[in-house]
Amino acid sequence: MEPAISFFSGFRAADLWFMAEAAWRTLLISGVSIVIGSLLGILFGWMLHEGRLLASLTLAPLLDVFRSVPLIIQLVLFYNFAPIAGLSLDPFASGAVVLTLYCASLVANVARGGIAAVGQPMRRAARSLGMTYWQDMRHVVLPIGGRAVFPSWVGVALGVMKDSALVSVLGYVELLKASQILITRTQEPFMILTLAGAFYFALSYPISRYSARLEARWAQ
Amino acid sequence: MFDYNFHWRPVIKSLPELLEAGLVTLQVAALSMVIGIVIGLGLALARLHLRGPLRWLATAWVEIARNTPALFQLFFFGFGMGAWGIHLSPFLIVLAGLSFNNAGYLAENFRGGFQAVPETQLRAARSLGMTVWQAYTRIVIPQVFRIVYYPLTNQMVWAVLMSSLGMLVGFRELSGETQFFASRTYRIFEYFAVTAIIYYVIVKIILGASRLAAWRLFRY
Amino acid sequence: MIEIRGLHKYFGELHVLKGIDLDVHNGEVLSVIGASGSGKSTLLYCINGLEPIQQGRIEVDGTDVHARGTDLNALRQKLGMVFQQWNSFPHLTALENVALAPRIVRGLPRAEAREVAERQLRHVGLGDKLDVYPKALSGGQQQRLAIARALAMEPRYMLFDEATSALDPELVGEVLDTMRLLAEEGMTMICVTHEMGFARDVSDRVAFFHQGVIEEIGPPAEIFGAPASEHLRKFLAKIR
Repeated sequence: MEPAISFFSGFRAADLWFMAEAAWRTLLISGVSIVIGSLLGILFGWMLHEGRLLASLTLAPLLDVFRSVPLIIQLVLFYNFAPIAGLSLDPFASGAVVLTLYCASLVANVARGGIAAVGQPMRRAARSLGMTYWQDMRHVVLPIGGRAVFPSWVGVALGVMKDSALVSVLGYVELLKASQILITRTQEPFMILTLAGAFYFALSYPISRYSARLEARWAQ
Repeated sequence: MFDYNFHWRPVIKSLPELLEAGLVTLQVAALSMVIGIVIGLGLALARLHLRGPLRWLATAWVEIARNTPALFQLFFFGFGMGAWGIHLSPFLIVLAGLSFNNAGYLAENFRGGFQAVPETQLRAARSLGMTVWQAYTRIVIPQVFRIVYYPLTNQMVWAVLMSSLGMLVGFRELSGETQFFASRTYRIFEYFAVTAIIYYVIVKIILGASRLAAWRLFRY
Repeated sequence: MIEIRGLHKYFGELHVLKGIDLDVHNGEVLSVIGASGSGKSTLLYCINGLEPIQQGRIEVDGTDVHARGTDLNALRQKLGMVFQQWNSFPHLTALENVALAPRIVRGLPRAEAREVAERQLRHVGLGDKLDVYPKALSGGQQQRLAIARALAMEPRYMLFDEATSALDPELVGEVLDTMRLLAEEGMTMICVTHEMGFARDVSDRVAFFHQGVIEEIGPPAEIFGAPASEHLRKFLAKIR
């Protein structure tokens, strides 16, 4: 007799562990991409804001490409381009690079919006107090602009987390890929998909609610 | 590095098929938008005006659509429904998945739109003898439509990008068709590069058309 | 004729109208005055059925407004209403604002509805603004647009709910002139108003509302010349 969880037939305790590991891989690749992508995105956003003409002619259209081509195509393209360029990257590395750039392109817009949200008068006031450019950035733009776009950033981050499911196309066994594998074997699609969906939901829903609450509180 | 020989000829030869598949992408995205708008309106009104199970159902729909990956939603219509013995064709899987997702996101936009139209507009319309239906379709919804026009355009772009997931459930839209050719010729990079360009162009056409239509529609 | 008998209206616990009896005869202009919150506007909403009532009855040409089975949409065609906030439909031109209801409620063909709308817009002095969107109109013009919109339904009665209160002072005159014009043409009107000059010069009768009852009603000369009630005297003194 197999040590099966009794309420559904083909699904074993080991499968639950398999899914938990896959969920961890989902968290890992999204976490890495969101952190690096956000830092990069803030840098890009700052360049877009300060660079004016040069940035809007070069950087802006480049970032726009990441938002105008399906992520899954970007993943396949990069994964197949890497060996051509002489790089040998595993699915995790390829996926993380693409997700990071994708995240950065979305955060760039958010960050630019945040800097623009701090009006010129306030910035002039800060500078007139003798603050240097970087002091102004650190003490005025970051807290005020950051607060204005924090909810948007949360939306982007959660979006990247959900979109990380697409890295499965490269063979990276994250949560949805694991679910697919298990479904094929156990023929328990409803149970397994519900488990996977519940994981994403349990992660995304509370965070988005919390962010909406913060936004409402800050709006007062 | 770059000792790879690019072969573009096979891609050029199958360009007509790819463009045709691009049309399929546009069609399924547009259709899912129409369905999403109708259901999204219903969900928004249910969340604004109803109590009890229908409101609860609408809230659940919106939150699941927004807090789980689109690919999960597609998988659910793909093999999750198998639990009830329902097996949809690849086209219907994509259409149902996209419509479900669109409806959830659009419902929130519509809800904001309805809240932004003053209640006195409804009163004024009713005082002229219009029925509730007339007041909504002639007075309230046209104003909501303008408020949600840009989010609506964005959602259409999303629908096009999301439809690329059709590739993972065996639907031959642009991505699925590309994969089909790529796997036959092993020219994966070349095929997906051209497809990326086609997506980019489709997205730009949608944004341009939307801007043009807005200029014609919203004279006020 | 509008007949109101023993009307009571509550908003939850709040008793807003406490037993109103009132007849408005055809061709009559009745002004309703009184402090804010005395229930004046609520009375208008009850007359055209935008607010339900809890007790009493309101009849318009013999039709019980609040009876089960009354076709309110048909009834409202008889009762033109102009609001404090003019509520122009922002997505329609002036002409479309006025022509819409005649077309979809009265069922007039497009061309005829357009004709009616044009006529009414000229009537209120907006003949040169047919294709303009409300955004480009002043508050006074928008309020005249609202009047034209109500008139296009060819109502037998016009209800004005503080039609000038939300306007800048310099725009009040043009709206009052339009209302005066209607009165001269013999329209039956109930005007909730803070414009005492209008109430005195134009109305046949003036009703003074105080805390949900009609405390005094009569010809303007009496109401303004020889107010009987203490509250009315205080109210008028404060206004002047």
